[in-house]
Amino acid sequence: MCLECGCGDTEIVRVDVHEKILAGNERAAAHNREHFAANGILALNLMGSPGSGKTALLEATAARIGGDFRLGAVSGDLATERDAERLRAAGIPARSITTGNACHLDAAMVHHALHDFSAHRLDIFAIENVGNLVCPAVYDLGQHANVVALSVTEGEDKPLKYPVMFLKADLVLLTKVDLLPHLKGVSVAGFADALSRVMPAPKMIAVSAYRGDGLDEWIGWLRERLALRAGKHSGAHAHTHAPGAPRS
Amino acid sequence: MHEYSIVEALISRVAEEARARGAAGVSRLYVKIGALSGVEPELLASAYETFRERTVCAGAELRIERVAERWACSGCGRTVERAGALLCPECGRPARLVEGDEIVLERIEMEVP
Ligand SMILES: [Zn+2]
Ligand SMILES: [Zn+2]
Ligand SMILES: [Zn+2]
Repeated sequence: MCLECGCGDTEIVRVDVHEKILAGNERAAAHNREHFAANGILALNLMGSPGSGKTALLEATAARIGGDFRLGAVSGDLATERDAERLRAAGIPARSITTGNACHLDAAMVHHALHDFSAHRLDIFAIENVGNLVCPAVYDLGQHANVVALSVTEGEDKPLKYPVMFLKADLVLLTKVDLLPHLKGVSVAGFADALSRVMPAPKMIAVSAYRGDGLDEWIGWLRERLALRAGKHSGAHAHTHAPGAPRS
Repeated sequence: MHEYSIVEALISRVAEEARARGAAGVSRLYVKIGALSGVEPELLASAYETFRERTVCAGAELRIERVAERWACSGCGRTVERAGALLCPECGRPARLVEGDEIVLERIEMEVP
């Protein structure tokens, strides 16, 4: 062909890829999972709308567990340190991941934050995602379970409007149930019904960080998950940074 | 809007492939987007229009194939409709999403000298 003017024939080649577009994120998530396994940590991806009570829930959890197990957290925030400051004030080792204009956390951001926690021997690592019911559901962070906080004030139709978030949830925490008496036509049963339409194995706990409802059940759920992990991962695992994997 | 970050990942994957094959240009991309993937095809298409300029994909058309959601019983395999509870009408076990969550780059058509 003529290289001068490009008039020559080029051949159209079909390249079959069949690969997830977010394969790079999934590799980073798998690497995070190695970190968690090596340290015997249960990692949770805590998602929900802005103001659904994610931070309040972690504060109440820390107060309730006392010294029973060690909780650490990272908090995805568009610009501020606010949530991380609240968590530290509650005695939870925490740092924020400022996402700038990104509406979700990805696995590389979490990996970057992870090494800050090497000093803390943690049992549970809570990843408080950016407040948003759409984008965070798309990115695997290497977590062992997805926990979605849904406040009663958001309305019973949220699960049906945002099915992707809820179908991926291992547990939904229905928060602020102390407000139910003030809400007309809204009930715990209504939320449970909506969830059963989008979650194949719906699991919901009604909680109030303010009044304490449901916190024991929630902590029981955490204990169960911790026991599961302990059973699966006895003995230390070697953790390596493979070439090409994200480093820090 | 995470569609932008998905387009970024898509274009860098295509660029990698085009480089490896010494392509002069990329003419078409085929992607599959599931109804329950969390990605809106319209938003993806407009993010792509914004991002492709001055990249290897500048002249490449984006073809999006939508994949409908499909559920089946995790026990007996029978098809389950998402209408009421996501349970098998036959054996009562939870349904599982068989199809409809894909965010996949299927194929690239490139011009190779
Ligand atoms: Zn690492
Ligand atoms: Zn987004
Ligand atoms: Zn069945």
